[in-house]
Amino acid sequence: MRSEVREALIAKLTALADDEVILAHRNSEWVGHGPILEEDIALANIVQDELGHATLWYGLRQQLDGSDPDQLAFFRDANEYRCCELVELPKGDWAFTMLRQYLFDLYEALWLEAARHSTYQPLADAVQKIIREERFHLQHTQAWVERLGQGTEESNRRLQQALEMQWSYAQQLFVPIPGEELLVAEGIVPDLAPIKERWLEHSTRHLQAAGLKLPINPGYQPTSRAYHTEHLWSLLAEMQSTARWDAEAKVW
Amino acid sequence: MPIKYGVPSDPDYNERLREFEARIARGEKIEPGDWMPEEYRRQLIRMISQHAHSEVVGMLPEGAWITRAPTLKRKMILVAKVQDEAGHGQYLYHAAETLGISREAMLEALLSGKAKYSSIFNYPTLTWADIGTIGWLVDGAAIKNQTMLAACSYGPYSRAMVRICAEETFHHKQGKEMVLLYAKGTPKQRQMAQDAINRWWWPALMMMGPHDKDSPNTEILVRWGIKTKTNDQVRQEFINEHAPEILEAGLTIPDPELRYDEATGNWIHGPINWDEFWQVVGGNGPMNKERLEARRRAHAEGAWVREALEAYAAKKQKTAVAV
Repeated sequence: MRSEVREALIAKLTALADDEVILAHRNSEWVGHGPILEEDIALANIVQDELGHATLWYGLRQQLDGSDPDQLAFFRDANEYRCCELVELPKGDWAFTMLRQYLFDLYEALWLEAARHSTYQPLADAVQKIIREERFHLQHTQAWVERLGQGTEESNRRLQQALEMQWSYAQQLFVPIPGEELLVAEGIVPDLAPIKERWLEHSTRHLQAAGLKLPINPGYQPTSRAYHTEHLWSLLAEMQSTARWDAEAKVW
Repeated sequence: MPIKYGVPSDPDYNERLREFEARIARGEKIEPGDWMPEEYRRQLIRMISQHAHSEVVGMLPEGAWITRAPTLKRKMILVAKVQDEAGHGQYLYHAAETLGISREAMLEALLSGKAKYSSIFNYPTLTWADIGTIGWLVDGAAIKNQTMLAACSYGPYSRAMVRICAEETFHHKQGKEMVLLYAKGTPKQRQMAQDAINRWWWPALMMMGPHDKDSPNTEILVRWGIKTKTNDQVRQEFINEHAPEILEAGLTIPDPELRYDEATGNWIHGPINWDEFWQVVGGNGPMNKERLEARRRAHAEGAWVREALEAYAAKKQKTAVAV
């Protein structure tokens, strides 16, 4: 693999993993506080899968540059993280969390579908491992969007409010990282443009069927993953507090 | 037809009670729908629902550390553990429902402060080592109790316990592994582990409940095969297993009177501070108010979600009928 392709792949795997770690963090804040016990169980399941995906992506990066996944997760600062801003936003209410999860799951399911045929075998293998569970997530959150959208006036209003906030943030999922075109050219990762088209088509249809309106003025859309919301610093301060608490500690 | 629960004023009560007790003596399980004394049902609902509430409230002290777990693997293990607790709560509520009480009624009893849950969860989790220590000592104590309950006379409770014990055994192993690791770790890790043992040891001993002589329910519970051992017996089993392991790890136990008795093979503990126990049971533990408040808040904030689910289901049903 040429060194610039390798560098781009390392950056892409990092972005994929960082999204999962941060989203898992936000979702895990619900565990024990869900609206029904069954949802504590379901969301805990999603969190475990996301952590599993992060471990897979960091693991693929480790094969390329020998970096340690826990060092990456627990010892990088906010400005070194490459997650998108959508996953950093505070968990909000149940509508906010379910909508974000739906928008993300739809993106991830479509991305994985397209990445099955990656010319980079370790990536294709990893995708095979997780594609099924991602379909389950999507089924679950898709159903929640429908229920809340068509439930009561209040649930519809809350979901609409979440959509106003998240819609433009979600578009960042389809902004290629620097160097991604090299990976696409080699068939290592799928082109984001057609995935975005499918995502727009699916999500628009589903959201409208749930009784929601796409925002007329979507507002700020983040692009570069080098920038973050003001929430990431404190999120990481919490997440990394134990790991960084004892500088001498070798194992946890 | 409503299930019949026997009360002493029934003309055939004594005869049926004899049959019922004979079944238990033969080691048969009592199943939902079988005749049973109202008092048996009442005691079971009390115990099973308390147990379910303990699982649900127990998610809070540990769940609070998911966001601070120090590695991806530990985070994953902890989420899975807390998820197991939610699952245990779920099937225990189901087990209690077989006795003719609804989950809503049980939740209402919890949120109103009427129902109890294990007092251990009214202590705070102050450091990451508490997570290991809870797995080792608190789950260790729970397993002793639950293994005993797996042999209990009520079928649904007994079967739930078999499943739960299998998962708890896993948690226990993971917790122990963590504390042993930190006991051999850096000075800070070691100290953190010792501090956690110091704080959790006594509350763990109190988990089995008061001494037999102060436990008014024990006699009838043993007679009806709900409990097959007394509180003190279970406590002794717990100490005999855990005390030597903690000492072996190079950690100390905060009981200056603790000693091994050659004659009986038992580890004998010093006096337990029952004032503290009754204070916590009575609502004055360090976290009683916060735990209940967290449950109430989650329930209140989830109200609109549950309403939406009902409204959605009703709409779907209407459409189905119309078609």
